[in-house]
Amino acid sequence: MNTPQTHLASLPISVKLILVLGLSGLLAFPFVGQDFYIQMVTRMMIMSIFAMSLDLLQGITGLVSLGHAAYFGLAGYVLAFMSPADSGASWLTTLPLAVLASGFAALVIGFFVVRTGGIYFIMVTMAFAQMIYYLFFDNKFLGGSDGLYINVRPAVLGLDLENKLVLYYLTLICLFLTFFFLRRLIWSPFGRTLNGIRLNEHRTQALGYNSFHYKLTAFTLAGALAGLAGYLWAAQSGYVNPELMGFHMSAHAIMMVILGGMGNVAGALIGAFGFELFMHLFKELPQIGEFDLGKHWQLWMGSLIVLVVIVAPQGLMGMLRPRHHNE
Amino acid sequence: MDLANFLIQLLNSVQYGLLLFLLAAGLTLIFGIMGVVNLAHGSFYMIGAYLAYAFTGVWNSLLWALVVGTLISIVLGWVLEKLLFRHFYQRPHLDQVLLTFGLIYIFEEMRSMIWGDDVHSVAAPEALNWSITLTDTLSYPAYRLFMLAICAMLALGLWLLISKTKLGMKIRAGAFNIDMAQALGINIVRLHTLVFAMGVALAALGGMLVAPLSSVYPYMGSQVLIMCFVVVVIGGIGSVRGALTAALLVGLVDTFGKVLLPQFASMLVYMLMALVLLFKPEGLFKQ
Amino acid sequence: MNEPLFEAKQLCKQFGGLLAVNGVSLSLHKDQLHAVIGPNGAGKTTLTHLLSGDMATTSGELWLKGKPVTGWPKHRLALHGLGRSYQKTNVFLPLTVWENLMLAAQARLAQVPFNPFSWFKQADNNPAVINRAERALNRAGLTTVRDQTAAMLSHGIQRQLEIAMVLATEPEVLLLDEPLAGMGAAEAATMVELLRGLKKDHAMLLVEHDMDAVFALADVLTVMVNGIVIASGRPEAIRSDAKVQAAYLGEATT
Repeated sequence: MNTPQTHLASLPISVKLILVLGLSGLLAFPFVGQDFYIQMVTRMMIMSIFAMSLDLLQGITGLVSLGHAAYFGLAGYVLAFMSPADSGASWLTTLPLAVLASGFAALVIGFFVVRTGGIYFIMVTMAFAQMIYYLFFDNKFLGGSDGLYINVRPAVLGLDLENKLVLYYLTLICLFLTFFFLRRLIWSPFGRTLNGIRLNEHRTQALGYNSFHYKLTAFTLAGALAGLAGYLWAAQSGYVNPELMGFHMSAHAIMMVILGGMGNVAGALIGAFGFELFMHLFKELPQIGEFDLGKHWQLWMGSLIVLVVIVAPQGLMGMLRPRHHNE
Repeated sequence: MDLANFLIQLLNSVQYGLLLFLLAAGLTLIFGIMGVVNLAHGSFYMIGAYLAYAFTGVWNSLLWALVVGTLISIVLGWVLEKLLFRHFYQRPHLDQVLLTFGLIYIFEEMRSMIWGDDVHSVAAPEALNWSITLTDTLSYPAYRLFMLAICAMLALGLWLLISKTKLGMKIRAGAFNIDMAQALGINIVRLHTLVFAMGVALAALGGMLVAPLSSVYPYMGSQVLIMCFVVVVIGGIGSVRGALTAALLVGLVDTFGKVLLPQFASMLVYMLMALVLLFKPEGLFKQ
Repeated sequence: MNEPLFEAKQLCKQFGGLLAVNGVSLSLHKDQLHAVIGPNGAGKTTLTHLLSGDMATTSGELWLKGKPVTGWPKHRLALHGLGRSYQKTNVFLPLTVWENLMLAAQARLAQVPFNPFSWFKQADNNPAVINRAERALNRAGLTTVRDQTAAMLSHGIQRQLEIAMVLATEPEVLLLDEPLAGMGAAEAATMVELLRGLKKDHAMLLVEHDMDAVFALADVLTVMVNGIVIASGRPEAIRSDAKVQAAYLGEATT
């Protein structure tokens, strides 16, 4: 059963305008923003890369993965393993390596997982992500439940990620690249085929496409991009633990993509920013009598998502889109 | 490993496997017949455990807690199906994932409000609060044997229901092909409610039985949910026989794995699943 | 002289105790339309699934252009020149007619998905793909509905799109599963002419209930009952075969 989606991939003018304004705003922000907000926006950008990577899998190819965070967290751990205790690694080497590692993990797991479909796929992606979670949780030499610290942030030629501005702009560049890469991918032969697989896999196969190969490639790419986000997260926070690979992280990614609207990459971008904003808002809710509203932010977030699913299944993008004659 | 140790681990395997079976049987039927992925299934297990905690606290009798708890969970399942889940059957899987994920939060928040966030132990009944001595250093708790016996009886009962009764035939027909079942005149709406309530009750019962062993704690449903998923994937959606076989397999692999290869124990079950996926991506007993 | 482009030898398909297809053999040649008819439950649909790779055979052989292809998955068969249309319209409903055809036309020209070039090229700019899609569009008479969403098309036009999709992959062998399903007289006539025009360049298999269409188009006729071929040969001969008349033509719909 597919969520009915029409031309989600094409962006209406209003959205293009928002994106242009938003991305220029991001370019200029550090000159006007305070330190705290620069960190917050960096984090939002990192999560939007994570969300966009999931959109490739879910919105474009139609594969609902409950274990996408595994590749997010893995990259962070790669950075942690490659960071010496008392000096910084080079991000020129560690970044590509972390991304490759995540991509490779996605390729291996994808090989088993992509041959299933429907409910099975949802369950096995969750199961394998849990497997990786437990692998790290149970083993002290991998950090165990306490996780690992990155004592000194990566640096290259004086560009130190310890510097919030450097990290901000590196993240922004990665955001741009990811966004434009995925936008281009949607309209490529590969992307059109993924779309076909999402709409009618059976017919796509009957036409001559090896859908297993396509899905596996999409799964691997999505994993690699999630790794990019995970690396930046670890570089920012200086700390990794198994929760980064856990179910809740995977669920957050899904919620971001749902909130923004699936299938066109811009939705994931907007959704990630929206999600982080809402999370911030919910956490700051006051205490009413005995009841600490802010403490239960996950409940409000969950309810918001349920509301979105029922009322606006195409997310924020769906609301910004003009009504097509064919909808 | 000597014989006594081996026996203990074997008993533990079967006990864990049968417990998983209680949960997985409901899950696989709900998947197979209604086609709905329910992430909140672990929450029913949690609810059962907390009900056991609440009722043993009040009446000091696990037996009564089991009876009343089961009745409550049947009603809960019936209500949830009629009011909520029934409307999810035709929705895309993603929507079901999100909606049931939201349910987990709601259930956990309610649990937090009613019983708080601490870990609570649940007393096993006096009559079962002893251990059978196997050797001069090893003994096996009687409660575990009791639980094993109950689970085995439930498994047997379920098997008899599914394979020997008319109702069981309807369930199997529904799991095989829902449209065909409907065409054969089976009341699908009633079947759905029944299967769902049964699934909830079995999960809750599992939680009630395990409470004295594992204590009750927040999010206890999430861990068991994953194992359930693995069991259903290995066994094949819609197959109770598959759920039993897979549950026992998982019980064996997990229990002996923890003893023989502790560092990789939690991975072994997933590797088993991966192996099954390679050769039978739709499970061992998929219709 | 005229080698068969597609051959099926002694195909069998067993479902539990039921033998849905029992020892069926047939061959398809270029510029020839081979029709398969039979009452409901005769096994025609199952046979079509076996031929197209949608279902695995229990036993028997399949040969495509002289190559043994038994057990090949359907995408592999399609890449080698087999095309199949479906009884239940199986197009990409949310896409326009043109987009449907472009995706179909791209199939045999596409690079492997792990080739990064296929991630960066733009799908709409490929002249070879555009040409194939245009040809299929014209051949199926769909030029006027080019930019309409498939879901919005009338049933008859959708069936034409169903055929056009197959044509866009430019196959040598065509397996057509009840292309006239659910069509009124006028639409059916259009479809028959469309199919007639395809004969010259393809080896065709037609599974149909519409007897007018069958006798208008078929060069060879095979009759199936209960999974077995009870007669096969030239249409005129089959028409007057007593066995066939008893088993089928008496109850045939037109």
